[in-house]
Amino acid sequence: MATVDLIDVRKRFGATEVIKGVNLTVADGEFIVIVGPSGCGKSTLLRMVAGLETVSDGEVRIGDRRVNDLEPMDRDISMVFQNYALYPHMSVRQNIGYGLKIAKMPKDQIAAKVAEAAALLQLTDYLDRRPRDLSGGQRQRVAMGRAIVREPSVFLFDEPLSNLDAKLRVQMRLEIKELQAKLGITALYVTHDQVEAMTMADRMVVMHAGVAEQIGTPLEVYESPATVFVAQFIGSPSMNILEATRTAGGAQLGDMMLPGPGGSGSVQLGIRPEHLSRDEAGPLQMHVNLAEPLGANTLLHGWLAGTQLPFTASVPGVWRMTGGTEELQLSVDPEHLHFFDKTTGRRL
Amino acid sequence: MAERTGMVEKRGWGLWATHAMMILGVLVVFFPIWLAFVASTVTQSEITQPPMPLMPGDQFLNNYREALFEGVNVPVLTMLVNSTITALGIAIGKIAISLLSAFAFVYFRFPGRGMFFWLIFLTLMLPVEVRIVPTYEVVAGFGMLNSYSGLIFPLIASATATFLFRQFFLTIPDELAEAARVDGASPMRFFWDIVLPMSRTNIAALFVILFIYGWNQYLWPLLVTTDPEMNTIVMGIRQMFPSGDDLADWPVIMAASILAMVPPIVVVLSMQRLFIRGLVDSEK
Amino acid sequence: MTFKGWILPLLLIAPQVLISAVFFFYPAGQAIWQSLFIPDPFGLSMQWVGLGNFEYLLGNKYYLASFWTTAVFSTLVTVTSMVPALFLAVIADRLIKGAGTYRTLLIWPYAVAPAVAGVLWLFMFNTRVGIVSWYLGLLGYDWNHVLDGTQAMGLVVVASSWGRISYNFLFFYAALQSVPKSVIEAAAIDGARFWRRFWTIVLPLLSPTTFFLLVVNIIYAFFETFGVIHTITGGGPQQATTILVYKVYADGFVGQDLGSSAAQSVILLVVVGLLTVLQFKFVEKRVHY
Repeated sequence: MATVDLIDVRKRFGATEVIKGVNLTVADGEFIVIVGPSGCGKSTLLRMVAGLETVSDGEVRIGDRRVNDLEPMDRDISMVFQNYALYPHMSVRQNIGYGLKIAKMPKDQIAAKVAEAAALLQLTDYLDRRPRDLSGGQRQRVAMGRAIVREPSVFLFDEPLSNLDAKLRVQMRLEIKELQAKLGITALYVTHDQVEAMTMADRMVVMHAGVAEQIGTPLEVYESPATVFVAQFIGSPSMNILEATRTAGGAQLGDMMLPGPGGSGSVQLGIRPEHLSRDEAGPLQMHVNLAEPLGANTLLHGWLAGTQLPFTASVPGVWRMTGGTEELQLSVDPEHLHFFDKTTGRRL
Repeated sequence: MAERTGMVEKRGWGLWATHAMMILGVLVVFFPIWLAFVASTVTQSEITQPPMPLMPGDQFLNNYREALFEGVNVPVLTMLVNSTITALGIAIGKIAISLLSAFAFVYFRFPGRGMFFWLIFLTLMLPVEVRIVPTYEVVAGFGMLNSYSGLIFPLIASATATFLFRQFFLTIPDELAEAARVDGASPMRFFWDIVLPMSRTNIAALFVILFIYGWNQYLWPLLVTTDPEMNTIVMGIRQMFPSGDDLADWPVIMAASILAMVPPIVVVLSMQRLFIRGLVDSEK
Repeated sequence: MTFKGWILPLLLIAPQVLISAVFFFYPAGQAIWQSLFIPDPFGLSMQWVGLGNFEYLLGNKYYLASFWTTAVFSTLVTVTSMVPALFLAVIADRLIKGAGTYRTLLIWPYAVAPAVAGVLWLFMFNTRVGIVSWYLGLLGYDWNHVLDGTQAMGLVVVASSWGRISYNFLFFYAALQSVPKSVIEAAAIDGARFWRRFWTIVLPLLSPTTFFLLVVNIIYAFFETFGVIHTITGGGPQQATTILVYKVYADGFVGQDLGSSAAQSVILLVVVGLLTVLQFKFVEKRVHY
């Protein structure tokens, strides 16, 4: 049981700063997902919490202790690795119990703890197998078992599901979330998959180029993204971003006038594809040149009249293309318009 | 692999011809060993009246008993023991020091790392043959002549084994070391619990090669063991020949030769797969 | 990932560094140092002669002859051990069944120490009891390697090559097994017959292995054949089989001429250095194959 605090944490490799001052306060028992594209520094951040990377500047606190200079084992954390990092020459039982053995726990207690963790993870029948004789999902569970058996204050997950196939990923996602909720242990979870982030997180941290662009609940992030980057990274298909000029009555997009909250100046205007609806009287005219049927809805790709920028709309039901290009009138609810500063990309 | 030549290959007489050539090759390559074995089972007089027989005689037990327990200068058994200790010492010693230093090079950054690496690398260029006199003086200076340590230590530093283990350690995923660190393992604990068990196959393969290397040493034991009691079998056989014009005791010498071959051959054959792997690996 | 600290790693490399220093670098340094001196006639003091030992060696006809002997010997050993090995490997590679058994049988000689191999071959060619020399005598060929330098050279070459055939066979066989089947089949469909395929397709594909074996066999012939020569000929007759390594031993230990022996060691050191560089050039290159 512990809180985790990151206070202006920075990481430099030589002259390059890869983590540029991250502040984060994690409540006890909270499930935090750190999400971002590869190379954004999310894994480095997690590894600094784990103690696998040194902290160049700033402070990492777990509970009420500053842990910057502590070895991983002294930080009261456990970690699940992307490739599980199971010891190939040890049985499942030995893998799960290894940390306890090092901590010099008596054998009978280790056996009891391992049995308990194995029961929780449905691994009881596999305790004497080697990792190579297990399926991907089972290996994942062993890695989880190794993490929970030590009863840490904080769980750290580094893209634990990225090696699993899509179906298993959905199932394990639920299992991890349930397990964490049951044990009530604070968790930091790194992923590049925004669906994982949305579904698992109590709060999520969207990282980009070493900066935490936004920290908030999944719905906050979805509904009011703090930057253009966040807006486009979270949500699928990604948000349309267009050059627009704000006027007193909304936004001017080429020849088209979108009603909405008033303002002034050149901005970036964001519209989520799923917030567009077909409307014969709508203000937006779209040229559609490709339709991707997804069953329940259809993604339409093309461009807006008067602009050259690609534009995507998601409309309910099935859409059949008849010719090369089709035209379509669309409207969008004013409350679903997102305005971003043209130069900084920040939400206005 | 077995089917790979299937389509293009000959059948019928061509196949038999191939087998015939192969058998001929094996016979030619094998002949010296066979002849030595035959010579070790016949009497001296059968050998000294050429041509000697090509089939084993009935003196097997006599000759081997005489070789093992009496020998010429010293019982062959003594030399076999010396060889075993030397070969094991060299193989185990080389593996041990190489494992440790490779572990240090891969898992630590320490002052002088690059320099030490190159120093070890340079030893590749210094086979014992090119530095015999000064090395002999060093060993003599330590009072290690006619001792196992004198036989073993100068041959124990091996850049090859160090590089081999280094290559292997580099293939162990980093995450394993990190997991061990999170589990609270100290570096040496990680070495002992994770790295060592994972290197088992490599160690075994290298052991086969190094055991044979140690067993087959000739020049160095010749220099440092003046006392017959400390002779190794491979160098000791030469000492069984008489110095002047006297006739050599061929049955006993051949029995000793066969005995000198048996341990390395047994090691090679019983660990053939590991041996070939070790051979290929250590030459990379 | 690396662990923290620098005392532990220094302790870990200490055994190897220490042994290398005491038994490798110090003696090598000594060899270089001693090569610049000659002992006085009573062996009591050493006299500085600079490069005198080297000058003497390079003008000494016995030493130059030893260079020539080494060149002839190592060329012959390399050829004699590689050609039969390649031949056997090609045959074994054609077999679908039984190749494993032949391989097992062919490995044996590798395990036999060069010195023991020397004894075996000496026995077969012994002038008094040798079975081969006896049959050669029947054929009217007088075998006496104790007196005939050419015969002596032939015998040490064969005895040195014998165990190496196993070694080379293993490498050639492995290389042949890894030649892609499709390449061979394509050539067959193009109408190339076996030997034609061998010369134009297989042999070029084997060239990395061949070059590698060339280098290691030369190194073997230079340094590891001491046992063969010492057991069979002792360098004779009239130094006909005294290769460089043997001469270092003969001059240093038997002749007690330390300065000359040390200078010879230094020259050998240069030779090993060149061969090692050659070997690594090759390893570097092989990465790209």
